[in-house]
Amino acid sequence: MYILNEASKKIKVSLFVTCLVDILFPQVGVSMFKVLKRLGVEVDFPEEQTCCGQPAFNSGFRQDAKVLAKRFLSIFSEDGFIVSPSGSCTTMVRVFYKELFHDDQKMLEMVDLLSTRTYEFSEFLVNVLKVGDVGASYKGKVTYHDSCHALRELRIQDEPRKLIKLVKGVEFIEMKLSDVCCGFGGTFSVKFPDVSVSILDEKIESIIESGADTLVSTDMGCLMQIGGALTRRNIPVKAMHIAELLASGQ
Amino acid sequence: MEDIKVNFEKNSATALKDQNLQRALNNAINQFRNVRSRAVREFEEWEHLRASARKIKEWTIEHLDDYLEMLEANVIKAGGTVHWASDAKEACEIILDIAKKHNVKSVVKSKSMATEEIELNHSLEGAGIKVVETDLGEYIIQLANERPSHIIAPAIHKTRDDISKLFVEKLHTPYYNEPEQLTKIAREKLRSEFLNADMGVSGVNFAVAETGTIVIVENEGNARLTTTVPRVHVALMGIEKVIPRFEDLPTFLNVLIRSATGQKLSTYVSFITGPKRNSDVDGPDEFHLVIMDNGRSKILSHEETRESLYCIRCGACLYICPVYKKVGGHSYGWVYPGPIGAIITPQLLGIDKAPELPFASSLCGACKDVCPVKIDIPKVLLELRSRVISDRRVGAGFLQRFAVKLWRFTMENKRIYNFASQLSYFVQKPWMRHGRLTSLPFPFSRWTKKRDFPAVAKTSFRKQWKEIKDLEG
Ligand code: SF4
Repeated sequence: MYILNEASKKIKVSLFVTCLVDILFPQVGVSMFKVLKRLGVEVDFPEEQTCCGQPAFNSGFRQDAKVLAKRFLSIFSEDGFIVSPSGSCTTMVRVFYKELFHDDQKMLEMVDLLSTRTYEFSEFLVNVLKVGDVGASYKGKVTYHDSCHALRELRIQDEPRKLIKLVKGVEFIEMKLSDVCCGFGGTFSVKFPDVSVSILDEKIESIIESGADTLVSTDMGCLMQIGGALTRRNIPVKAMHIAELLASGQ
Repeated sequence: MEDIKVNFEKNSATALKDQNLQRALNNAINQFRNVRSRAVREFEEWEHLRASARKIKEWTIEHLDDYLEMLEANVIKAGGTVHWASDAKEACEIILDIAKKHNVKSVVKSKSMATEEIELNHSLEGAGIKVVETDLGEYIIQLANERPSHIIAPAIHKTRDDISKLFVEKLHTPYYNEPEQLTKIAREKLRSEFLNADMGVSGVNFAVAETGTIVIVENEGNARLTTTVPRVHVALMGIEKVIPRFEDLPTFLNVLIRSATGQKLSTYVSFITGPKRNSDVDGPDEFHLVIMDNGRSKILSHEETRESLYCIRCGACLYICPVYKKVGGHSYGWVYPGPIGAIITPQLLGIDKAPELPFASSLCGACKDVCPVKIDIPKVLLELRSRVISDRRVGAGFLQRFAVKLWRFTMENKRIYNFASQLSYFVQKPWMRHGRLTSLPFPFSRWTKKRDFPAVAKTSFRKQWKEIKDLEG
């Protein structure tokens, strides 16, 4: 089931944990590490890494984003896969870097080299390592929120669901409107907080209606938004990153 | 038009508090989303069709001059007259001139966003000409003296009760609450307007260059009457509405109608080539086509945002947008609401007139997935954001620039980054409750007012890494 064959053991992964996970949710990075390690992958963490530049890019500060993007590209220039616990930051590298350097042929080549080996965690497990059951167990009713960038930029939809369903003890419930935005949107969440939260309200309703006790997603941005309302409103549903779920019971 | 300044933050705050509006939007949008997704799901060719629609638009916009000239020549050949308007003012003047020349006292109009854009009603009424909107939704909006809040469903922000009350107040009818009754009243009122009108004004969904035909899509039959009953028909179009060939129409009609209303085909599709000919039973004596720029060629000149001109005004992005669903159309401050409004309003009016709009999106991308011509709206929004930020008039102020520079400086340097994260861990302590931050001071209060914020971890991942890296799996 979850142990890779000999060839796959040669797979090398550099963790791109994202600044959000590094500072606010280190347990997500640790979980990701544990799962990959358990699958027999060689894992490394380039310690120079900080932020991929997405906040600046999204806010219209392209020059600043470029500086951080270049920095990122030089840090992850070595071989091997780059795996991140975020569909959004993966999108930055795989999709938006091309946008950012659209008029710079030399940079585009660098981006190309790197973006083809950059993956979001769940798609990496399913599409590259070809695993489904990672040997985790968790008791609970789990529902999944599609993070927008993962879903609509990277087309990640079945991968996380497959992984969740194969966790021992999990009852998977598909909630209504799982693919509708949670209202986070990066700086949008503080630029227009009331609009952001009113969008979030519908997501929370869906979650409650599903009857799940655990909400899983691929991105800490969304989980911070959804989780922030769940705790504020004393709703007994736990917001959890998919890496945490997959590391449970190990 | 010059003095428009969109205040999205204020407008949206008002909208969010309006319970009636929230109810109206919620009902209408939920219902529509189901209908549309069925119309698209049951149709295997959908993706293929979208791709061709996009291709044709790309080609046409790249060769816009040629096709516009071809259109002009063919409209003239069919006996029509073509007018070119560089901006809203000119477009209004042209239409007003035509009206004056024909001694027009009363005008009927079918639904047209272009005429909203130039505030044509205002100009005509200013010259003492009576204007009646004949699309049901537009009629309601005109009665209420408001602006449409949706491209396809102009009165989407009104509940049935609102409309019933409006009819009581303005038309002195009894309180009817059934849609059929309300429609019947409007129909009766409008019938006499059609018969009395001297001029009909319509928009254009597509203008076919090779034949000089304009195409109008509708469900109520009012556009057909508007364009055939009065003596004079004036159609107003933006330069981007031209398509090359008659052959392209099936593609566009298919994607437009499915996206706009979830139907397979609309009740009426009118093809108008010039005025009434000798053999025709009905039709106007004169046909005028006004082709308007009004900021569009400016969009054309920017390669990165040019695709904004591919829009066929189907309204699908409005229906799918989570932000639009909450704030409604009027929050966008001008005639074009929702995602498409967020990208074309700042481009048509000038970025200084609506600097907030490119930011009024969570960038969820649902719009780009439904758009029948595959406009990458999030990409355009991001490009416009960078234009706003570097704009001297409305761009980032000193404080914001300073904050971003400070942030970048931190992110560029691992040691400072580590120090900053450690520092935040200590600084946050007074606000910590159960491991969360529940009420932070401004500006962080913009988050914590309604949501908890996670506390900075004591040991960051990179610190933990040193301990875990040598563990075996
Ligand atoms: S942007 Fe696309 S989805 Fe939105 S109105 Fe235009 S054509 Fe329709």
